[in-house]
Amino acid sequence: METLMAFTVGGLFAAAIYMMLRRSIVKLVIGLVLLSNAANLLLFTQAGLLRGAPPLVPEGAMQPAGIVADPLAQALILTAIVIGFGVLAFAVVLIHRAYEVVQADDMDQMKDTDT
Amino acid sequence: MRLEVALPVIIPLFFGALTLILWRWRLAQRITTVIGTGLMLLSALWLLSATWQDGILVMHMGNWHAPFGIVLVSDLLGAIMVVLAGISGFATAVYSLTAMTKRHEAFGYYPLLHLLLAGVNGAFLTGDIFNLYVWFEVMLVASFALLILGGERAQMEGAIKYVTLNLVSSALFLSAIGLLYGLTGTLNMADIADKLSYADNPGIITVIAMLFLVSFGIKAGAFPFFFWLPASYHTPQVAVSALFAALLTKVGVYALFRVFTLIFTQDVDYTHEILLWVAAATMLTGVLGAAAQFEFRRILSFHIISQIGYMIMGLALFTPLAIVGGVFYIMHHIIVKANLFLVSGLVYRLKGTYELKELGGMYRSHPMLAILFLIPALSLAGIPPLSGFFAKFILIRAGVEAEAWWIVGVALLVGLLTLYSMIKIWAEVFWKAQPEEYANRPVHGSAGSGVLYLTIGGMAALTVFIGLGAEPIYQIADAAAHQLLNPSLYIDAVLGER
Repeated sequence: METLMAFTVGGLFAAAIYMMLRRSIVKLVIGLVLLSNAANLLLFTQAGLLRGAPPLVPEGAMQPAGIVADPLAQALILTAIVIGFGVLAFAVVLIHRAYEVVQADDMDQMKDTDT
Repeated sequence: MRLEVALPVIIPLFFGALTLILWRWRLAQRITTVIGTGLMLLSALWLLSATWQDGILVMHMGNWHAPFGIVLVSDLLGAIMVVLAGISGFATAVYSLTAMTKRHEAFGYYPLLHLLLAGVNGAFLTGDIFNLYVWFEVMLVASFALLILGGERAQMEGAIKYVTLNLVSSALFLSAIGLLYGLTGTLNMADIADKLSYADNPGIITVIAMLFLVSFGIKAGAFPFFFWLPASYHTPQVAVSALFAALLTKVGVYALFRVFTLIFTQDVDYTHEILLWVAAATMLTGVLGAAAQFEFRRILSFHIISQIGYMIMGLALFTPLAIVGGVFYIMHHIIVKANLFLVSGLVYRLKGTYELKELGGMYRSHPMLAILFLIPALSLAGIPPLSGFFAKFILIRAGVEAEAWWIVGVALLVGLLTLYSMIKIWAEVFWKAQPEEYANRPVHGSAGSGVLYLTIGGMAALTVFIGLGAEPIYQIADAAAHQLLNPSLYIDAVLGER
């Protein structure tokens, strides 16, 4: 399962970079979406994948019985997803405004501030 | 439980909320912002003096003890950075009293300013690597919105580059955190450092270290990741530019200092050698880029990059004196660079342009401003007895002692080229006569510029003070470097005696 996830993460990173290297700003944002999801999945996989082992402590015990899934990684991903969502919402609004101002969907038309 | 560790984060968050409540009352927003940033500066000074007296201070959030809960840690480097954030935040708030127009203030300038400062301070004080990511994002979201405040075309174009590269950096940072967590099973920086000192697979640690280097390198504007900086920093309102120039890249530099002194010290020969090359390339490309520019704020933006190179050089040499030099350089740079941007804003206000070729004659018409420009400009170039001289002197001396001759040569050459750029601005803006065809353009005039002079003068006075009183500043930097080079102090303070 880890191997499959590793390939998925790698594929997502590759697709993200490919999309970001395109000239269209819409594809740029799609690239950013894929990139943040790739990072989230990597974080998820790093904590180890376990099926049906919720990290619950039985009543009266001091620690969970047996091997359980790591809840911390999931808390991290939840945080990262929320942050990523907010930032991407901003990015979408930004490219919309940029499109209105520049009147083009092409990164090559946006070189005024470059040197 | 030390309250002062949390105050520099709580105060800007509180005042950010307050200015949101006062959304419709501009005057009240302005007053609360000046009070809020002033209080933040005071709390930062309190934190620095407490850290100076009592050593590294730790606050366990929610009383969950490390390594399980999130800790706020104030060592001397963090406390110094918070004080610098306080100074530049306060200066920006005062400067904004006249520099900001109604159009910008109406769209939430003040709440965003506080949010940005909260993010910056949080990043300086947190002792948890994932929490560092969260503070980075708080800071970034606020900076995104500040960058496009006003909605000009150049701002949109600059913002797209800025947002994209910073999001790439964040994704890499998150991936690196994931790998580090998979390796050590902890997120507390002290605990990570402790666990990695027993690790027996240095290869993967070096890979993670390089991921951190790329991620923080993008945020710091280091070579070869700096392209977003000169494309965006000259586009927003000048008060925003000044704050960005002072703080945002320095958060990246701070993070580099933190992880490459505390966590990744297993393979110093390899990682810090790469840092040294990065430092040299950053210095050179920054200063050469500036030499080709003829717009006030673009020149200054490129100089941020070259100065970042000096700070990374201090980290990369990794001798006690070099780290002292790096810390001293950060202190000097934040004040000087913010001030230069503030001067450029005042020039724009008086003349209506940032283009060097359209400016001129300012020495004759505004001799006071000319002097106030010359102080930070010469300090940036490293002319004694100003602050930049001592910062460069310590670094170059450290380089000579480490017998890293080529980096010393690069640093000296870049100092010379910095002087060239500053003299170029001086000659074009202040010395030569203004070309006739640009002389009569409608401008704001000098109404209300007293506050601006006050801010610029105050920052220039600080520059002179750091230069003339270099000894106490040196001692603080020295103590900060001592803590950085002895990670066990940090680890013991956070995890307790084991």
